[in-house]
Amino acid sequence: MLKTFAKGGVHPPENKFSANKPIEVLPLPAKVSIPVSQHIGAPATILVAKGDKVKVGQLIAQSAGFVSANIHSSVSGTVESIDPVLDSSGYKRPAITIVVEGDEWEPTIDRSPELKRNIDADAQTIIKKIAEAGIVGLGGATFPSHVKLSVPAGKKADVLIINGVECEPYLTSDHRLMLEKGHELMVGIQLLMRALGVDKAMIGIENNKPDAIKYLTEIAKEYSGITVHALKVKYPQGGEKQLIKALINREVPSGGLPIDIGAVVHNVGTAYAVYEAVQKNKPLFERVVTVTGKNLPKPSNFLVRIGTPVSDLIAAAGGLPDDTAKVVNGGPMMGKAVTDIAVPVTKGTSGIIVFPATESKRKAESVCIRCAKCVSACPMGLEPYLLIRMSQRMMFEKMEHERVLDCMECGSCSFECPANLPLLDYIRLGKTEVNKIIRARKN
Amino acid sequence: MNSIIITAILVLSLLGVALAVVLYLVAQRFKVIEDPRIDLVEAVLPGANCGGCGYPGCRGFAEAFVKTDDIGSMFCPVGGNDTMAKAAEVIGQTAEAKDPMIAVVRCSGSPEYRKRVVEYDGASSCKLATALYSGDTGCQYGCLGLGDCVAVCKFDAIHIDPVTLLPVVDEEKCTACGACVKACPKFIIELRKKGPKGKRIYVSCINKDKGGPARKACQVACIGCGKCVKVCPHEAITLENNLAYIDYNKCKLCRKCVEECPTGAILEINFPPRKPKVEGQTESVENN
Repeated sequence: MLKTFAKGGVHPPENKFSANKPIEVLPLPAKVSIPVSQHIGAPATILVAKGDKVKVGQLIAQSAGFVSANIHSSVSGTVESIDPVLDSSGYKRPAITIVVEGDEWEPTIDRSPELKRNIDADAQTIIKKIAEAGIVGLGGATFPSHVKLSVPAGKKADVLIINGVECEPYLTSDHRLMLEKGHELMVGIQLLMRALGVDKAMIGIENNKPDAIKYLTEIAKEYSGITVHALKVKYPQGGEKQLIKALINREVPSGGLPIDIGAVVHNVGTAYAVYEAVQKNKPLFERVVTVTGKNLPKPSNFLVRIGTPVSDLIAAAGGLPDDTAKVVNGGPMMGKAVTDIAVPVTKGTSGIIVFPATESKRKAESVCIRCAKCVSACPMGLEPYLLIRMSQRMMFEKMEHERVLDCMECGSCSFECPANLPLLDYIRLGKTEVNKIIRARKN
Repeated sequence: MNSIIITAILVLSLLGVALAVVLYLVAQRFKVIEDPRIDLVEAVLPGANCGGCGYPGCRGFAEAFVKTDDIGSMFCPVGGNDTMAKAAEVIGQTAEAKDPMIAVVRCSGSPEYRKRVVEYDGASSCKLATALYSGDTGCQYGCLGLGDCVAVCKFDAIHIDPVTLLPVVDEEKCTACGACVKACPKFIIELRKKGPKGKRIYVSCINKDKGGPARKACQVACIGCGKCVKVCPHEAITLENNLAYIDYNKCKLCRKCVEECPTGAILEINFPPRKPKVEGQTESVENN
């Protein structure tokens, strides 16, 4: 029997149209807008001014604190403006807009395609390089990776878990990366292992990617300590806590972090970025993005420079179909509709999904009959039907007591609800308010 | 038979008397001495329990009112000056009269002036929408029109206009309790001085973008040009972050800024219609 997590979970239709499309390098855009807040934590401090010439890989915004990340230019050219730009958050936020001129890279970046297997950096150097390269969790949460690798005193990691689950429907960027950059990925994992001081790494992959499981199992033999594990297909297995439960059967305590139970989880995309940063001296300025949709002419996986407008990606995938009503940044379960297709690709953009009008509207709400489907779907063991009532009645203290902060916003409850209630919307509101209450209590 | 009944009656009567004595003693021992004025003050309050004064209900206000040294810092916005005068009389003081206030919606971005560029399909709540995106128009400051303010109003004083899709405050019913001010996640609603005969002037916009983007998103946005600041003879207008703000305590209602504003972002309410000065000049009086 294949492993999986114990509680809840749902089975949305997979729709992985781009699974057999190799990663293509997207042509350089005419202009990029690089937001300075692409990660969780403080926005980076801008280092360039209007009119400055920048090169590919040049540091243009510096990390503003421990939980923050460096931002590098993804193109060479001239800084056109430093103004707020509408990004995938739905708000205008400060961004550096650069007009592309040529493609001149920083000379320190090793652009040779050879695999560099020898690891000569020690743990501290690896973490420093990761922080310098501005690497954040590329699964979508965009939490600065160096923070996760800096294990707090008194705690000890004993296993590194690599997330190759890609449980979101439609998305295939991690799948393609595992197939095409297997060796680089393995070296990246070894770097992460050394940074953490662990000798065991487990790659979790859902069973709907048999080719990736086979290939990685094959090459993992060449690297010590790395094992590949096939997992039963179930959403949200890519959630950190779910993956830990599935692979090593440990449970992260409520309000705790994986490191509390000796595990650290990184995405395959992050591991690949770590390889590039440490072995090739290349900061994070491009990533693989899946562009897909039922009616999109050419669903594809592109290697995209950060800051490229989403409209460029859609054009390269055959253009926006006429019946399009919604474009989602991220996966269909956790992603968010964009308010303009000119928004830039950021470090957290794992996919762009184009939905036809027939699939983009919410269905009419009815009333809760307490069927408890949401309770059985919730992978965190919460009671969404109760939380929505509390949120609607502004009983936020009670929500805190009901552990609303354990919710990771996977959307399984809303997906299952036969009454089409906006469960997650209200739970998210509750989380925001509870966080406010907690902050007020601290001050 | 008889003796059983008599015994029972006697025992129960004795028990009753004994317990009554105990209860009396306990009541004496733990007597709560309450200021009798609290009840009197509460009686003159409106009893809406709206929380507009900042206390938990009218009783809470009354309790604080009899204790406080400075009644000037407390005000019941619903009852207004009359109620405050009566309440002050109860405790033997006099309340200073305050200017009546009213909730003002600082957004004029009806669909006519502000194009809808996004369709929102989520639950009908401004708070939820704010968590998702900046709004269905190009203006990220403007009213979402989903009616969180309508939902919290206890006086039925604010409604969404079906044509402009903006909230409209009913001057008769609004008590300036401030519930809508707190409910609006965009901070659009402000409590302002009601003004003599309801006459008031305010900047009906909170867009902090630079002139170009602001104007592009909404035709009646404040573009931060500063013309009103220059024309104001009373130094009542300040310009900060590309947005003009009129201090209602300094404004003398001369209406010069209304004439000067190139976008019509400054509104004059309850003024008589002006006589047309120049041929062809359009009236900028809007009723809201």
